[in-house]
Amino acid sequence: MSILAVEKLTKQFGGLTAVSEIDLAIQKNELVGLIGPNGAGKTTFFNLLTGVYKPTEGKITMNVDGKSVSLVGKRTDQIAAAGVARTFQNIRLFKQLTVLDNVLIGLHKKNNIGTIRSILRFPSFFKMEDRLRKEALELLAIFDLEDSADVLAENLPYGKQRRLEIVRALATKPALLFLDEPAAGMNPQESAELTQLIKKIQMEFDLTVILIEHDMSVVMNVCERIYVLEYGRLLAEGTPEEIRSNPDVLRAYLGEEH
Amino acid sequence: MSSFMQQVINGLSLGSIYALIALGYTMVYGIIKLINFAHGEIFMIGAFVGYATIQFLNVGLVPALIVAMAASALLGVIIERVAYRPLRKSSRITALITAIGVSYLIQNGMIQWVGPNVRPFPQVLSNVRYDLGLFSISSIQLIIFGTAIVLMVALQLIVHRTKMGKAMRAVSMDPEAAQLMGINVNHVISFTFMLGSALAGAGGVLVGLFYNTINPMMGFLPGLKAFIAAVLGGIGIIPGAMLGGVLIGLTETMVVAYGDSLLRDAVVFVILILILLVRPSGILGKTTKEKV
Amino acid sequence: MSKRMKTILVWVGAAILGFALIQIAILTGWITRYYEMTLMLILINIMLAVGLNLIVGISGQLSLGHAGFMAIGAYTTGIVTKMMPNLGGFALGILGGVVLSGIVAYIVGIPTLRLKGDYLAIATLGVGEIIRITILNLDITNGARGLSGIPKLATWYYAYIVALLIILVAANYVNSSPGRATISVREDEIAAESLGINTKKYKMIAFMIGTMTAAVAGSFHATYYQLIVPSQFDFVRSIDILIMVVLGGMGSLTGSIFAAVFLGLLNHFLADYGAFRVILYAIALILVMIFKPSGLFGRKEIKASKLFNWKKKEASRS
Repeated sequence: MSILAVEKLTKQFGGLTAVSEIDLAIQKNELVGLIGPNGAGKTTFFNLLTGVYKPTEGKITMNVDGKSVSLVGKRTDQIAAAGVARTFQNIRLFKQLTVLDNVLIGLHKKNNIGTIRSILRFPSFFKMEDRLRKEALELLAIFDLEDSADVLAENLPYGKQRRLEIVRALATKPALLFLDEPAAGMNPQESAELTQLIKKIQMEFDLTVILIEHDMSVVMNVCERIYVLEYGRLLAEGTPEEIRSNPDVLRAYLGEEH
Repeated sequence: MSSFMQQVINGLSLGSIYALIALGYTMVYGIIKLINFAHGEIFMIGAFVGYATIQFLNVGLVPALIVAMAASALLGVIIERVAYRPLRKSSRITALITAIGVSYLIQNGMIQWVGPNVRPFPQVLSNVRYDLGLFSISSIQLIIFGTAIVLMVALQLIVHRTKMGKAMRAVSMDPEAAQLMGINVNHVISFTFMLGSALAGAGGVLVGLFYNTINPMMGFLPGLKAFIAAVLGGIGIIPGAMLGGVLIGLTETMVVAYGDSLLRDAVVFVILILILLVRPSGILGKTTKEKV
Repeated sequence: MSKRMKTILVWVGAAILGFALIQIAILTGWITRYYEMTLMLILINIMLAVGLNLIVGISGQLSLGHAGFMAIGAYTTGIVTKMMPNLGGFALGILGGVVLSGIVAYIVGIPTLRLKGDYLAIATLGVGEIIRITILNLDITNGARGLSGIPKLATWYYAYIVALLIILVAANYVNSSPGRATISVREDEIAAESLGINTKKYKMIAFMIGTMTAAVAGSFHATYYQLIVPSQFDFVRSIDILIMVVLGGMGSLTGSIFAAVFLGLLNHFLADYGAFRVILYAIALILVMIFKPSGLFGRKEIKASKLFNWKKKEASRS
């Protein structure tokens, strides 16, 4: 059974159809790419999956641990709690907080001992705080960020900010991870490193990853399967080789005469 | 029935004053997304300038109205220049708190200067009541309607028929794009404050006529109600402010006439909370969502 | 000794030291009865400012109706202690005020906390006014004449202890996982939601803790001044509290405490100047917003636990 099944997903803004009848099925532990020209509806699609927008029509079903849940009509935080984590195209870190705090906030949902116990400083509070700190530092270490734990997020260099956003998303212990243009603004070497990192975390954290990316080298290198969107519709689906030679995709990317 | 019609007329006259004040809130919000808390105080200053002009210069209503509008416009422009312009890039909470500070400053400045006492507004015209069968209407009410209608028509003409009006609409849609098109955004914002404050000044004089009294604290509550009117109609939308003003004026009058006059202010706040819940963009507004 | 023990000891030590200093000042006649009123006002204002800072500074929701919740506490305690003029009644009154305030905050919070920024500010202003007008129209609260003859049960040392407890509750909350979740809502609501944080819940928790502490402050107000009328709890009072939070620094509890003390003393010395004093506040507020919108302390805190870090750093440097 697929971990994520999307059926006839449609989103209209007024008269404009941003996403139209998209069908898609993702298997557990897949690493899937989502590409398409600007304005094809990729980010809107992510926003529908994460509950930021409500779909006009269609079904989104997630199957984790033998349970099947519909994501339609759920709030963003409920969807996140169900095991969906994401990063943002335009980096949305808690800029004024430290790197460590960013990760601790990611850890909060699954490790909350409650407001009363926190205020009254029950022994369980201290145990939990120590555990969270340890766990956060371990996560940061995987991404070589542990030395920056006490730095404000906004003072990190750009590439590290992108990495921190992934760490923060991983802290929620997701089953599904959506990465919205993680290599945007990186130089070729940085994006090559990032590609390795994505592969590594996918294995280590037993993740299913969906990746929106403009950088073709990243998508072609790392993704096992690729979906192509154009004008809000699904244009093609297949392995990197199939997509590379698909005439519709070539037309969409390179223009009619090719 | 006739007494009901009478309440409608009374409500409409109060409502048109609220509408005049609400226009200033709405225009300023439309252009710099700031709730100009000091707007109620500008309205109070308008009332005092009108009072002083009539009392000490012994002139009629029209010159007093013009002087009050000019003084209010000047004050509005000064406030924008001194207190709000340095905050153009700050958070909205910062700007709102500053606006509260300005409001406090003007109100208490006036208390310090002229004293907190209530003073009677000079009766510049003899108050004749015209009986029209179903209801009667007083000359003061006629003046209020007349002034409000003339000013609102003038405002519509300025906004839709002049180059400055076009610039205002452009800045309210997208200040950065407007700037790139060669519009001097600062001038447009100053002009908006000038227009809105002038209307509030006129509203101040009319309230003086309507209630016969003025005092330095008078700006707070009508200012707040006018703001609620702007939200009700759809903040940032000029016809919305007029509609909202009239509706609030009518509601308040009806509560006093048929309900408990002690609750008149509470009802307006309840309307505010209801509209924010049911339709935060107001009656004439469109909904928007933050881009992710 | 563990760092945590040290932190607790510093807290307790500072609390006892403060208490002792005030006590000595009173015994030696430094603080006269007239000054004691200022001391009381400062302690009440600390409760109010710390509570409002949780709402405005920590959860990032601008509330302009804090005085309304203070009124709920003041009236509940006023009514209860008039029937039960002893410490039991005082405790019951505080408890009743806190519960009632929490219930009202919950009911008005569900709809209003959905609103953003300036809309929320106006809605809370409306809520504050509605509370005041309701009190004005009830029989049990005696309308505009208010309640007089409330027994004088509040003393400065009760207020001192309770203010400390409120600071402790606020500080413990901020420095906990739920507190961090609340701060994340202030920083970026959409990002917080994407991490599974129920933003409405944490706005509500901060709002409720803040309004409940305001009720406690109101209880002390009622049982110290012995006379309460609705006009004491109007919009102006809400703004007074907001000024403390803003001057001290939105997000800094330390800042709120300093601002409450500073403005309390300033009030004392400018008491005869009436409107002039408010003019001064207004100018200060505008200048702070233009030139240092983060207030005196920004979001910084003086923390007992940091004290040791600092010492350690000094030691390692030398």
